[in-house]
Amino acid sequence: MDSKTKALEVTDLTVAYQRKPVLWDIDLDVPSGVLMAIVGPNGAGKTTLIKTILGLLKPAAGHVLIHGKSYIEQRQIVGYVPQRGSVDWDFPTSVLDVVMMGRYGELGWFKRPGRRERDLAHDALTKVGMADYADRQISQLSGGQQQRVFLARALVQDAQIYFMDEPFQGVDATTERAIVTLLQELRAAGKTVIVVHHDLQTVPEYFDWVTLLNVRCIASGPVSQVFTDDNLRSTYGGRVGFLSRNGTATEVAYGHPV
Amino acid sequence: MTTAQLEIQLIAVVVAAACALPGVFLVLRRMAMMSDAISHTVLLGIVLAFFVVSDFGNPLLMIGAAAVGVLTVSLTELLNKTGLVKEDAAIGLVFPALFSIAVILIGVFARNVHLDTHMVFQGDLVFAPFDRWQVLGLDLPRTLVVMTVILLLNAVLITVFYKELKLATFDAGLAAAMGFSPALIHYGLMTMVSITAVGAFDAVGSILVIALMIAPPAAAYLLTDRLPVMLGLSVLIGAVGSILGYWVAHYFDTTIAGSMVMMIGVLFGLTLLFSPQRGLVALARRRIRQKWEFSQTMLAIHLLNHAGTAHAEEESRVDHLWEHMRWHPAFAEQVVRYAERKGVVRRHSGHLILTDTGRNLAQQAMMH
Repeated sequence: MDSKTKALEVTDLTVAYQRKPVLWDIDLDVPSGVLMAIVGPNGAGKTTLIKTILGLLKPAAGHVLIHGKSYIEQRQIVGYVPQRGSVDWDFPTSVLDVVMMGRYGELGWFKRPGRRERDLAHDALTKVGMADYADRQISQLSGGQQQRVFLARALVQDAQIYFMDEPFQGVDATTERAIVTLLQELRAAGKTVIVVHHDLQTVPEYFDWVTLLNVRCIASGPVSQVFTDDNLRSTYGGRVGFLSRNGTATEVAYGHPV
Repeated sequence: MTTAQLEIQLIAVVVAAACALPGVFLVLRRMAMMSDAISHTVLLGIVLAFFVVSDFGNPLLMIGAAAVGVLTVSLTELLNKTGLVKEDAAIGLVFPALFSIAVILIGVFARNVHLDTHMVFQGDLVFAPFDRWQVLGLDLPRTLVVMTVILLLNAVLITVFYKELKLATFDAGLAAAMGFSPALIHYGLMTMVSITAVGAFDAVGSILVIALMIAPPAAAYLLTDRLPVMLGLSVLIGAVGSILGYWVAHYFDTTIAGSMVMMIGVLFGLTLLFSPQRGLVALARRRIRQKWEFSQTMLAIHLLNHAGTAHAEEESRVDHLWEHMRWHPAFAEQVVRYAERKGVVRRHSGHLILTDTGRNLAQQAMMH
């Protein structure tokens, strides 16, 4: 894999909170145009990895390249969907306004969103099936609707590579289907999508690439090669009790964590 | 109304408006207590700067105060970051420390200066019209000039950085990922709060500044779900409360600043009770209505389930309803009356008959 086709290149990345390492020496290469899941138990450092890649946390060692350059240079081509619970949904603003926030990075300091931003936001809301909710106050949304709004916000960023932190957390089955379809459309359009995911069962169905993480990077690669019993056991310890045929996980006792 | 009276009210309104604007963001960022800390510690900045310039009219006092305000925030964060002290405790440790240094300095070095505890805690609007500046050929009270400048500064900064402030307040993570430094915005806002606190200091004192920053936005928050409207309403509530407060003080011949804050508190209390969507009264009414609607639905489902069965006759008798539903007889009677009024049931020789409306209601309720 030469650096041109690498969407993401993480080298020797160690991240620590108060000298307690959360990620140990992560090496990770993600090719362009894949839909990748990051899986691992609670406290494995999945969110930390994403936040460090996006420059929100300072690594103790190592570095990150996005399409061959540093994050700061590539900011405009990176889309970010934080955990739904990381914001205050009682904030006094409308659905359309939240989606337009996705354009702020492109606008830069001082410049205000205008007609173009509004149109893009409406289009994105239509894509996630939330067109009728544009003027709603965000506190009136259900969990699934909140997640769709966050996705619409990422869509208007029009990025090359997306990082999504648990977009399936607490959403209904319909929304989950809608999100998966959307992610697959993004991949079909040549984008790279990296998703923190919790449900091991759906990994082979939804994703084509997977990274197994538990403080260290256990394995990373195509789902068919990497998503094996052995790797899962090294990632989750003894907590995954399941058997598989032809090397892929088919049945998982360790479902959604509480 | 005399000119002095008019000027005092004008000052009151300008102070309230200047405080309400940054206050909106303090409330939304859940940092109300930081205004408490800053409004006290700016005193240290004033005292230190006063030692340098020996003049209360000097703008350096503002800069000194703003610097100490920012210092308060960073010391609090530093203490919090050690992981040994929680954030609220950190605020409670830092601000009394800085404030006490200021109080000691005043006590030791500046006994003869008009910087007493009365001024610190209460301020005094009555004397504001006596301290005058000549600005652009006009003879104006100093506090009015200072606070107007601060109000305009706040309004301009919030307008220019509206998008950035909104994003950093709603989603600091995305703001940082997009390259808008939330830390810079945070400290910018804290500087604004510090400067506003100093300016409002000699008008209303340090404790009342807190109320002016927090109460109007807290009330506005209950009235709207749009940020621009919240900003406008906060200014309006602050201004109306200030004028009401002035006249209350005038009538009872008492402190203006205290009365202003009391009236703003009253406005908040009224909003808390009577806000059309989120007020306590609206909530209570909604809950009561839901209770009746739910009971009515239960009644309709009960009648529908037994319609056409062998027990239909028995189950639909009005005077036995309470036994079947395990309701208090009086409550059962009220539910039946409510359902009758809504056209859900009819009474027919001591029995309840479900109307078409009632049947629809029951069927729809069970579909969910």
